[in-house]
Amino acid sequence: MATKKFKCKVCGYVHEGKQAPEQCPLCNAPKSEFEEIVEKKGLDTSSNVYTIVYAAVMVIVVAFLLVFVSQTLKSRQDANVVNDTKKQILSALNIRNQSDVSGIYDSTVKADMLMKADGSLVAYDGEFNTSYNSEFKSGNLHVFTAEVDGQTKYVIPMNGQGLWGAIWGYIALNEDRNTVYGIYFSHASETPGLGAEIKESVKFQESFQGKKVVENGQAALKVVKSGKADKNSPYQVDGVTGATMTSNGVDAMINKVLSSYLPFLNR
Amino acid sequence: MANKKNEALKQPLWVNNPVVVQILGICSALAVTSQMKPAIVMGLSVTVIVAMSNVIISLLRNTIPNRIRIIVQLVVVAALVTIVSEILKAFAYDVSVQLSVYIGLIITNCILMGRLEAFAMQNGPWESLLDGIGNGLGYAAILIVVAFVRELFGSGKLLGYQVIPQWCYDHGYLNNGFMIMAPMALILVGCVIWIHRSKNKDLQEK
Repeated sequence: MATKKFKCKVCGYVHEGKQAPEQCPLCNAPKSEFEEIVEKKGLDTSSNVYTIVYAAVMVIVVAFLLVFVSQTLKSRQDANVVNDTKKQILSALNIRNQSDVSGIYDSTVKADMLMKADGSLVAYDGEFNTSYNSEFKSGNLHVFTAEVDGQTKYVIPMNGQGLWGAIWGYIALNEDRNTVYGIYFSHASETPGLGAEIKESVKFQESFQGKKVVENGQAALKVVKSGKADKNSPYQVDGVTGATMTSNGVDAMINKVLSSYLPFLNR
Repeated sequence: MANKKNEALKQPLWVNNPVVVQILGICSALAVTSQMKPAIVMGLSVTVIVAMSNVIISLLRNTIPNRIRIIVQLVVVAALVTIVSEILKAFAYDVSVQLSVYIGLIITNCILMGRLEAFAMQNGPWESLLDGIGNGLGYAAILIVVAFVRELFGSGKLLGYQVIPQWCYDHGYLNNGFMIMAPMALILVGCVIWIHRSKNKDLQEK
Protein backbone atom coordinates (compact mmCIF):
# COMPACT_ATOMS: atom_id res chain seq x y z
CA MET A 1 0.00 0.00 0.00
CA ALA A 2 1.61 3.10 -1.17
CA THR A 3 1.54 6.06 1.12
CA LYS A 4 -0.15 9.16 -0.09
CA LYS A 5 1.15 12.65 0.36
CA PHE A 6 -0.94 15.46 1.78
CA LYS A 7 0.05 19.08 1.77
CA CYS A 8 -1.19 21.73 4.16
CA LYS A 9 -2.52 24.63 2.16
CA VAL A 10 -1.79 27.07 4.97
CA CYS A 11 1.88 26.43 5.77
CA GLY A 12 3.01 23.96 3.13
CA TYR A 13 3.72 21.09 5.54
CA VAL A 14 3.73 17.74 3.76
CA HIS A 15 2.29 14.75 5.60
CA GLU A 16 2.83 11.19 4.42
CA GLY A 17 0.33 8.52 5.28
CA LYS A 18 -2.92 6.85 4.27
CA GLN A 19 -4.94 9.94 4.92
CA ALA A 20 -4.59 13.54 5.95
CA PRO A 21 -3.84 14.21 9.65
CA GLU A 22 -6.59 15.64 11.88
CA GLN A 23 -4.55 18.72 12.55
CA CYS A 24 -1.46 20.26 11.06
CA PRO A 25 1.50 19.82 13.48
CA LEU A 26 2.98 23.17 12.45
CA CYS A 27 0.13 25.60 12.12
CA ASN A 28 -2.76 23.65 13.66
CA ALA A 29 -4.85 23.98 10.54
CA PRO A 30 -7.77 21.53 10.40
CA LYS A 31 -7.91 18.41 8.20
CA SER A 32 -9.99 20.24 5.59
CA GLU A 33 -7.00 22.46 4.77
CA PHE A 34 -4.99 19.48 3.56
CA GLU A 35 -5.05 18.39 -0.03
CA GLU A 36 -3.62 15.31 -1.64
CA ILE A 37 -0.57 15.70 -3.87
CA VAL A 38 -1.33 13.65 -6.96
CA GLU A 39 1.80 12.64 -8.78
CA LYS A 40 1.44 12.39 -12.49
CA LYS A 41 1.35 8.85 -13.72
CA GLY A 42 2.83 7.86 -17.05
CA LEU A 43 6.25 7.11 -18.45
CA ASP A 44 9.19 8.67 -16.76
CA THR A 45 10.79 10.16 -19.87
CA SER A 46 14.07 10.95 -18.13
CA SER A 47 14.85 7.43 -16.89
CA ASN A 48 17.87 5.64 -18.32
CA VAL A 49 15.91 2.64 -19.55
CA TYR A 50 13.38 4.78 -21.36
CA THR A 51 16.13 6.85 -22.98
CA ILE A 52 18.04 3.81 -24.21
CA VAL A 53 14.93 2.05 -25.49
CA TYR A 54 13.76 5.23 -27.17
CA ALA A 55 17.11 5.71 -28.91
CA ALA A 56 17.23 2.07 -30.02
CA VAL A 57 13.68 2.08 -31.38
CA MET A 58 14.27 5.37 -33.14
CA VAL A 59 17.44 4.14 -34.82
CA ILE A 60 15.79 0.91 -35.97
CA VAL A 61 12.69 2.68 -37.31
CA VAL A 62 14.76 5.26 -39.16
CA ALA A 63 17.12 2.63 -40.54
CA PHE A 64 14.25 0.53 -41.88
CA LEU A 65 12.61 3.61 -43.34
CA LEU A 66 15.79 4.63 -45.15
CA VAL A 67 16.46 1.13 -46.45
CA PHE A 68 12.88 0.81 -47.63
CA VAL A 69 12.95 4.15 -49.45
CA SER A 70 16.33 3.49 -50.98
CA GLN A 71 15.40 -0.04 -52.15
CA THR A 72 12.05 0.88 -53.64
CA LEU A 73 13.44 3.86 -55.52
CA LYS A 74 16.75 2.36 -56.59
CA SER A 75 15.75 1.15 -60.04
CA ARG A 76 14.20 4.49 -60.94
CA GLN A 77 17.23 6.35 -59.66
CA ASP A 78 19.63 4.16 -61.60
CA ALA A 79 17.61 4.72 -64.76
CA ASN A 80 17.81 8.46 -64.14
CA VAL A 81 21.58 8.32 -63.69
CA VAL A 82 22.01 6.35 -66.92
CA ASN A 83 19.79 8.82 -68.71
CA ASP A 84 21.74 11.74 -67.31
CA THR A 85 25.06 10.22 -68.39
CA LYS A 86 23.73 9.79 -71.92
CA LYS A 87 22.53 13.38 -71.84
CA GLN A 88 26.04 14.54 -70.93
CA ILE A 89 27.60 12.51 -73.75
CA LEU A 90 25.11 14.06 -76.18
CA SER A 91 25.96 17.53 -74.83
CA ALA A 92 29.59 16.92 -75.77
CA LEU A 93 28.31 16.21 -79.31
CA ASN A 94 26.57 19.63 -79.21
CA ILE A 95 23.15 18.00 -78.89
CA ARG A 96 21.72 19.82 -75.89
CA ASN A 97 18.37 20.14 -74.13
CA GLN A 98 16.67 17.20 -75.78
CA SER A 99 13.68 15.56 -74.14
CA ASP A 100 13.98 12.12 -75.77
CA VAL A 101 17.54 11.49 -74.57
CA SER A 102 17.45 7.71 -74.83
CA GLY A 103 16.13 7.65 -78.40
CA ILE A 104 18.56 10.24 -79.72
CA TYR A 105 21.44 8.56 -77.90
CA ASP A 106 20.65 5.22 -79.53
CA SER A 107 20.50 6.74 -83.00
CA THR A 108 23.62 8.91 -82.55
CA VAL A 109 26.11 6.93 -80.49
CA LYS A 110 26.98 3.82 -82.43
CA ALA A 111 29.27 1.93 -80.08
CA ASP A 112 30.87 1.90 -76.65
CA MET A 113 34.46 0.78 -77.25
CA LEU A 114 37.60 0.18 -75.20
CA MET A 115 41.08 1.33 -76.24
CA LYS A 116 43.76 -1.33 -76.30
CA ALA A 117 47.41 -0.58 -75.52
CA ASP A 118 48.26 -0.19 -79.22
CA GLY A 119 45.50 2.36 -79.68
CA SER A 120 43.05 0.14 -81.53
CA LEU A 121 39.46 -0.13 -80.38
CA VAL A 122 37.60 -3.25 -79.31
CA ALA A 123 33.91 -3.45 -78.57
CA TYR A 124 32.98 -3.17 -74.90
CA ASP A 125 30.37 -5.76 -74.02
CA GLY A 126 29.66 -4.90 -70.36
CA GLU A 127 26.79 -2.86 -69.03
CA PHE A 128 26.53 0.85 -69.71
CA ASN A 129 28.74 2.64 -67.20
CA THR A 130 27.94 5.76 -65.26
CA SER A 131 31.22 6.16 -63.41
CA TYR A 132 34.08 6.58 -65.83
CA ASN A 133 36.43 7.53 -63.03
CA SER A 134 36.55 3.97 -61.67
CA GLU A 135 36.69 2.60 -65.22
CA PHE A 136 39.64 4.89 -65.97
CA LYS A 137 41.43 3.74 -62.82
CA SER A 138 40.90 0.06 -63.59
CA GLY A 139 42.38 0.59 -67.05
CA ASN A 140 39.20 0.45 -69.10
CA LEU A 141 39.66 3.39 -71.42
CA HIS A 142 36.28 4.00 -73.02
CA VAL A 143 35.79 5.61 -76.41
CA PHE A 144 32.30 6.17 -77.80
CA THR A 145 31.98 6.26 -81.54
CA ALA A 146 29.15 8.43 -82.75
CA GLU A 147 27.78 9.60 -86.02
CA VAL A 148 26.61 13.18 -86.46
CA ASP A 149 25.45 14.35 -89.91
CA GLY A 150 27.14 11.35 -91.51
CA GLN A 151 30.53 12.05 -89.95
CA THR A 152 32.25 9.88 -87.37
CA LYS A 153 32.97 11.47 -83.99
CA TYR A 154 34.81 10.04 -81.00
CA VAL A 155 33.71 10.85 -77.44
CA ILE A 156 36.17 10.38 -74.59
CA PRO A 157 35.07 10.59 -70.94
CA MET A 158 37.21 12.69 -68.58
CA ASN A 159 37.55 12.84 -64.81
CA GLY A 160 39.46 15.12 -62.48
CA GLN A 161 39.51 17.31 -59.42
CA GLY A 162 38.16 20.84 -59.22
CA LEU A 163 38.50 23.21 -56.30
CA TRP A 164 35.96 21.61 -53.96
CA GLY A 165 35.31 18.19 -55.41
CA ALA A 166 35.15 16.00 -58.46
CA ILE A 167 34.77 17.43 -61.94
CA TRP A 168 34.15 15.42 -65.07
CA GLY A 169 33.25 15.83 -68.67
CA TYR A 170 33.21 14.42 -72.18
CA ILE A 171 35.26 15.59 -75.13
CA ALA A 172 34.11 14.88 -78.68
CA LEU A 173 36.74 14.74 -81.43
CA ASN A 174 36.39 14.77 -85.20
CA GLU A 175 37.43 11.82 -87.33
CA ASP A 176 41.02 13.16 -87.51
CA ARG A 177 41.25 12.38 -83.77
CA ASN A 178 42.72 15.81 -83.19
CA THR A 179 40.12 18.55 -83.70
CA VAL A 180 37.64 19.20 -80.88
CA TYR A 181 34.07 18.89 -82.11
CA GLY A 182 32.43 19.66 -78.77
CA ILE A 183 33.00 19.39 -75.05
CA TYR A 184 30.93 19.11 -71.93
CA PHE A 185 31.89 19.61 -68.27
CA SER A 186 30.06 19.00 -65.06
CA HIS A 187 31.02 19.15 -61.41
CA ALA A 188 30.01 17.97 -57.96
CA SER A 189 30.37 21.09 -55.84
CA GLU A 190 32.13 24.01 -57.53
CA THR A 191 31.23 27.58 -56.48
CA PRO A 192 28.03 28.87 -58.12
CA GLY A 193 28.84 31.82 -60.38
CA LEU A 194 32.54 31.00 -60.51
CA GLY A 195 33.78 27.41 -60.85
CA ALA A 196 30.28 26.15 -61.62
CA GLU A 197 30.45 28.13 -64.87
CA ILE A 198 32.38 25.23 -66.44
CA LYS A 199 29.01 23.47 -66.52
CA GLU A 200 26.61 26.42 -66.82
CA SER A 201 28.46 28.46 -69.43
CA VAL A 202 27.81 27.02 -72.87
CA LYS A 203 30.03 29.82 -74.16
CA PHE A 204 33.00 28.44 -72.23
CA GLN A 205 32.38 24.95 -73.60
CA GLU A 206 31.97 26.28 -77.13
CA SER A 207 35.32 28.07 -76.89
CA PHE A 208 36.95 24.62 -77.19
CA GLN A 209 35.41 23.92 -80.57
CA GLY A 210 37.92 23.68 -83.40
CA LYS A 211 40.91 23.50 -81.04
CA LYS A 212 43.52 20.78 -81.52
CA VAL A 213 44.39 18.30 -78.80
CA VAL A 214 47.70 16.79 -79.93
CA GLU A 215 50.93 18.46 -81.06
CA ASN A 216 53.99 16.42 -82.07
CA GLY A 217 52.53 13.33 -80.50
CA GLN A 218 51.94 14.95 -77.11
CA ALA A 219 48.76 16.18 -75.43
CA ALA A 220 48.73 19.92 -76.11
CA LEU A 221 45.27 21.33 -75.37
CA LYS A 222 45.59 23.75 -72.45
CA VAL A 223 43.23 25.88 -70.35
CA VAL A 224 45.11 29.01 -69.33
CA LYS A 225 44.27 31.86 -66.95
CA SER A 226 41.35 33.88 -68.22
CA GLY A 227 42.40 36.47 -70.80
CA LYS A 228 45.87 34.98 -71.25
CA ALA A 229 45.06 32.61 -74.12
CA ASP A 230 46.94 33.27 -77.33
CA LYS A 231 44.17 33.83 -79.86
CA ASN A 232 46.26 32.45 -82.70
CA SER A 233 47.17 29.25 -80.90
CA PRO A 234 44.96 26.29 -81.73
CA TYR A 235 45.92 24.70 -78.41
CA GLN A 236 44.90 27.36 -75.85
CA VAL A 237 41.53 28.14 -74.30
CA ASP A 238 40.69 30.90 -71.82
CA GLY A 239 39.76 29.69 -68.32
CA VAL A 240 36.72 30.89 -66.40
CA THR A 241 37.10 34.41 -64.97
CA GLY A 242 37.61 34.37 -61.22
CA ALA A 243 37.79 30.58 -61.09
CA THR A 244 41.48 29.93 -61.57
CA MET A 245 41.56 26.86 -59.35
CA THR A 246 38.68 25.17 -61.14
CA SER A 247 40.15 26.11 -64.51
CA ASN A 248 43.46 24.59 -63.43
CA GLY A 249 41.55 21.45 -62.48
CA VAL A 250 39.96 21.34 -65.93
CA ASP A 251 43.39 21.81 -67.50
CA ALA A 252 44.93 19.01 -65.42
CA MET A 253 41.98 16.72 -66.19
CA ILE A 254 42.23 17.28 -69.95
CA ASN A 255 45.97 16.75 -69.88
CA LYS A 256 45.76 13.56 -67.81
CA VAL A 257 43.06 12.02 -69.97
CA LEU A 258 44.57 12.99 -73.32
CA SER A 259 47.96 11.62 -72.23
CA SER A 260 46.37 8.27 -71.42
CA TYR A 261 44.62 8.17 -74.79
CA LEU A 262 47.73 9.09 -76.84
CA PRO A 263 48.01 5.66 -78.55
CA PHE A 264 44.48 6.11 -79.86
CA LEU A 265 44.90 9.78 -80.74
CA ASN A 266 48.19 9.25 -82.58
CA ARG A 267 47.09 6.17 -84.48
CA MET B 1 -5.43 31.37 -30.21
CA ALA B 2 -6.02 32.31 -33.83
CA ASN B 3 -3.91 35.34 -33.15
CA LYS B 4 -1.04 33.25 -31.87
CA LYS B 5 -1.11 31.12 -35.00
CA ASN B 6 -1.04 34.20 -37.17
CA GLU B 7 1.91 35.47 -35.19
CA ALA B 8 3.77 32.18 -35.65
CA LEU B 9 3.54 32.66 -39.40
CA LYS B 10 4.07 36.41 -39.64
CA GLN B 11 6.59 37.21 -36.92
CA PRO B 12 9.56 35.47 -38.56
CA LEU B 13 8.99 37.24 -41.86
CA TRP B 14 10.23 40.55 -40.54
CA VAL B 15 9.96 41.38 -36.82
CA ASN B 16 11.57 38.13 -35.67
CA ASN B 17 13.40 37.16 -38.86
CA PRO B 18 15.60 34.08 -38.39
CA VAL B 19 18.57 35.57 -40.23
CA VAL B 20 18.66 39.21 -39.22
CA VAL B 21 17.19 38.95 -35.70
CA GLN B 22 17.84 35.44 -34.47
CA ILE B 23 21.14 35.35 -36.46
CA LEU B 24 20.56 31.75 -37.54
CA GLY B 25 21.55 30.22 -40.87
CA ILE B 26 24.21 32.81 -41.63
CA CYS B 27 26.69 30.27 -43.01
CA SER B 28 24.39 29.07 -45.77
CA ALA B 29 23.25 32.65 -46.39
CA LEU B 30 26.85 33.41 -47.34
CA ALA B 31 27.42 30.24 -49.34
CA VAL B 32 24.49 30.17 -51.75
CA THR B 33 23.75 33.82 -52.46
CA SER B 34 26.17 34.56 -55.28
CA GLN B 35 23.28 33.97 -57.70
CA MET B 36 19.50 34.26 -57.40
CA LYS B 37 18.65 30.75 -58.57
CA PRO B 38 20.48 28.73 -55.92
CA ALA B 39 19.26 31.19 -53.29
CA ILE B 40 15.63 30.61 -54.25
CA VAL B 41 16.09 26.84 -54.43
CA MET B 42 17.82 26.79 -51.04
CA GLY B 43 15.18 29.05 -49.47
CA LEU B 44 12.33 26.85 -50.66
CA SER B 45 14.02 23.59 -49.64
CA VAL B 46 14.74 24.91 -46.16
CA THR B 47 11.11 26.08 -45.87
CA VAL B 48 9.80 22.62 -46.74
CA ILE B 49 12.23 20.80 -44.46
CA VAL B 50 11.75 23.15 -41.47
CA ALA B 51 7.98 22.88 -41.76
CA MET B 52 8.01 19.08 -42.00
CA SER B 53 10.55 18.48 -39.23
CA ASN B 54 8.76 21.00 -36.99
CA VAL B 55 5.54 19.00 -37.35
CA ILE B 56 7.24 15.66 -36.68
CA ILE B 57 9.11 16.91 -33.61
CA SER B 58 5.99 18.64 -32.36
CA LEU B 59 4.03 15.38 -32.58
CA LEU B 60 6.78 13.52 -30.72
CA ARG B 61 7.56 16.29 -28.26
CA ASN B 62 5.95 14.65 -25.20
CA THR B 63 7.73 11.35 -25.72
CA ILE B 64 11.26 12.61 -26.42
CA PRO B 65 13.65 11.93 -23.53
CA ASN B 66 15.03 15.26 -22.44
CA ARG B 67 18.65 14.18 -22.32
CA ILE B 68 18.86 13.04 -25.93
CA ARG B 69 16.44 15.52 -27.49
CA ILE B 70 19.06 17.21 -29.67
CA ILE B 71 20.11 13.84 -31.08
CA VAL B 72 16.48 12.91 -31.75
CA GLN B 73 15.95 16.22 -33.56
CA LEU B 74 19.08 15.70 -35.61
CA VAL B 75 18.08 12.16 -36.59
CA VAL B 76 14.61 13.32 -37.64
CA VAL B 77 16.04 16.14 -39.75
CA ALA B 78 18.75 14.01 -41.33
CA ALA B 79 16.35 11.16 -42.12
CA LEU B 80 13.82 13.58 -43.59
CA VAL B 81 16.38 15.32 -45.77
CA THR B 82 17.78 11.99 -46.98
CA ILE B 83 14.33 10.64 -47.84
CA VAL B 84 13.33 13.82 -49.66
CA SER B 85 16.56 13.78 -51.65
CA GLU B 86 16.08 10.08 -52.55
CA ILE B 87 12.55 10.79 -53.75
CA LEU B 88 13.75 13.74 -55.81
CA LYS B 89 16.50 11.59 -57.30
CA ALA B 90 13.87 9.10 -58.46
CA PHE B 91 11.16 11.44 -59.67
CA ALA B 92 12.79 14.81 -60.35
CA TYR B 93 16.39 14.06 -61.22
CA ASP B 94 17.22 17.52 -62.57
CA VAL B 95 16.04 19.18 -59.35
CA SER B 96 18.07 16.75 -57.27
CA VAL B 97 21.21 17.52 -59.26
CA GLN B 98 20.58 21.21 -58.58
CA LEU B 99 20.10 20.52 -54.88
CA SER B 100 22.89 18.03 -54.33
CA VAL B 101 25.30 20.67 -53.04
CA TYR B 102 22.77 22.02 -50.57
CA ILE B 103 21.56 18.78 -48.98
CA GLY B 104 24.42 18.87 -46.49
CA LEU B 105 23.88 22.56 -45.86
CA ILE B 106 20.20 21.96 -45.09
CA ILE B 107 20.93 19.30 -42.45
CA THR B 108 23.40 21.54 -40.66
CA ASN B 109 21.34 24.71 -41.04
CA CYS B 110 21.03 26.29 -37.62
CA ILE B 111 17.49 27.47 -38.37
CA LEU B 112 16.26 23.89 -38.24
CA MET B 113 17.76 23.06 -34.87
CA GLY B 114 16.91 26.52 -33.57
CA ARG B 115 13.23 26.29 -34.45
CA LEU B 116 12.89 22.66 -33.32
CA GLU B 117 14.44 23.42 -29.96
CA ALA B 118 12.81 26.80 -29.40
CA PHE B 119 9.37 26.26 -30.88
CA ALA B 120 8.37 22.74 -31.87
CA MET B 121 9.36 21.23 -28.51
CA GLN B 122 6.77 23.46 -26.78
CA ASN B 123 3.96 23.87 -29.29
CA GLY B 124 1.36 21.83 -31.13
CA PRO B 125 1.80 20.55 -34.68
CA TRP B 126 -0.33 23.17 -36.43
CA GLU B 127 1.47 26.14 -34.86
CA SER B 128 4.78 24.40 -35.51
CA LEU B 129 3.91 23.97 -39.17
CA LEU B 130 3.13 27.68 -39.47
CA ASP B 131 6.25 28.60 -37.54
CA GLY B 132 8.33 26.43 -39.88
CA ILE B 133 6.83 27.96 -43.00
CA GLY B 134 7.21 31.46 -41.58
CA ASN B 135 10.85 30.99 -40.64
CA GLY B 136 11.69 29.29 -43.92
CA LEU B 137 10.15 32.11 -45.91
CA GLY B 138 11.82 34.72 -43.71
CA TYR B 139 15.14 33.03 -44.40
CA ALA B 140 14.37 32.79 -48.13
CA ALA B 141 13.47 36.49 -48.26
CA ILE B 142 16.83 37.58 -46.86
CA LEU B 143 18.66 35.14 -49.16
CA ILE B 144 16.89 36.51 -52.22
CA VAL B 145 17.58 40.14 -51.28
CA VAL B 146 21.28 39.43 -50.76
CA ALA B 147 21.50 37.29 -53.91
CA PHE B 148 19.74 40.00 -55.94
CA VAL B 149 22.39 42.56 -55.05
CA ARG B 150 25.29 40.14 -55.44
CA GLU B 151 24.23 38.77 -58.81
CA LEU B 152 23.30 42.20 -60.19
CA PHE B 153 26.57 43.90 -59.29
CA GLY B 154 28.79 40.80 -59.32
CA SER B 155 27.89 39.41 -62.73
CA GLY B 156 25.48 41.97 -64.19
CA LYS B 157 22.81 39.28 -64.39
CA LEU B 158 19.57 38.34 -62.67
CA LEU B 159 18.48 34.69 -62.59
CA GLY B 160 21.14 34.08 -65.24
CA TYR B 161 19.86 36.70 -67.69
CA GLN B 162 22.07 39.63 -68.59
CA VAL B 163 20.42 42.83 -67.29
CA ILE B 164 23.26 45.33 -67.44
CA PRO B 165 23.46 46.15 -71.16
CA GLN B 166 26.63 45.69 -73.18
CA TRP B 167 27.10 49.43 -73.83
CA CYS B 168 27.74 49.96 -70.11
CA TYR B 169 30.69 47.58 -70.38
CA ASP B 170 31.80 49.31 -73.58
CA HIS B 171 31.91 52.59 -71.66
CA GLY B 172 34.16 51.19 -68.96
CA TYR B 173 31.70 49.63 -66.49
CA LEU B 174 33.12 46.57 -64.74
CA ASN B 175 31.48 43.81 -62.74
CA ASN B 176 32.44 44.00 -59.09
CA GLY B 177 34.28 40.73 -58.50
CA PHE B 178 34.22 41.27 -54.74
CA MET B 179 30.42 40.86 -54.83
CA ILE B 180 30.83 37.18 -55.73
CA MET B 181 33.04 36.52 -52.72
CA ALA B 182 31.60 35.37 -49.39
CA PRO B 183 32.83 38.40 -47.35
CA MET B 184 30.60 40.68 -49.43
CA ALA B 185 27.60 38.55 -48.50
CA LEU B 186 28.45 39.10 -44.85
CA ILE B 187 28.65 42.85 -45.41
CA LEU B 188 25.30 42.80 -47.23
CA VAL B 189 23.66 40.80 -44.45
CA GLY B 190 25.10 43.42 -42.08
CA CYS B 191 23.49 46.17 -44.17
CA VAL B 192 20.14 44.38 -44.07
CA ILE B 193 20.43 44.07 -40.27
CA TRP B 194 21.28 47.77 -40.10
CA ILE B 195 18.15 48.74 -42.06
CA HIS B 196 16.10 46.31 -40.01
CA ARG B 197 17.30 47.74 -36.70
CA SER B 198 16.65 51.31 -37.80
CA LYS B 199 13.03 50.33 -38.55
CA ASN B 200 12.62 48.35 -35.33
CA LYS B 201 13.93 50.62 -32.62
CA ASP B 202 12.99 48.27 -29.78
CA LEU B 203 15.59 45.75 -31.02
CA GLN B 204 18.44 48.23 -30.81
CA GLU B 205 20.94 47.46 -28.10
CA LYS B 206 21.59 50.33 -25.77
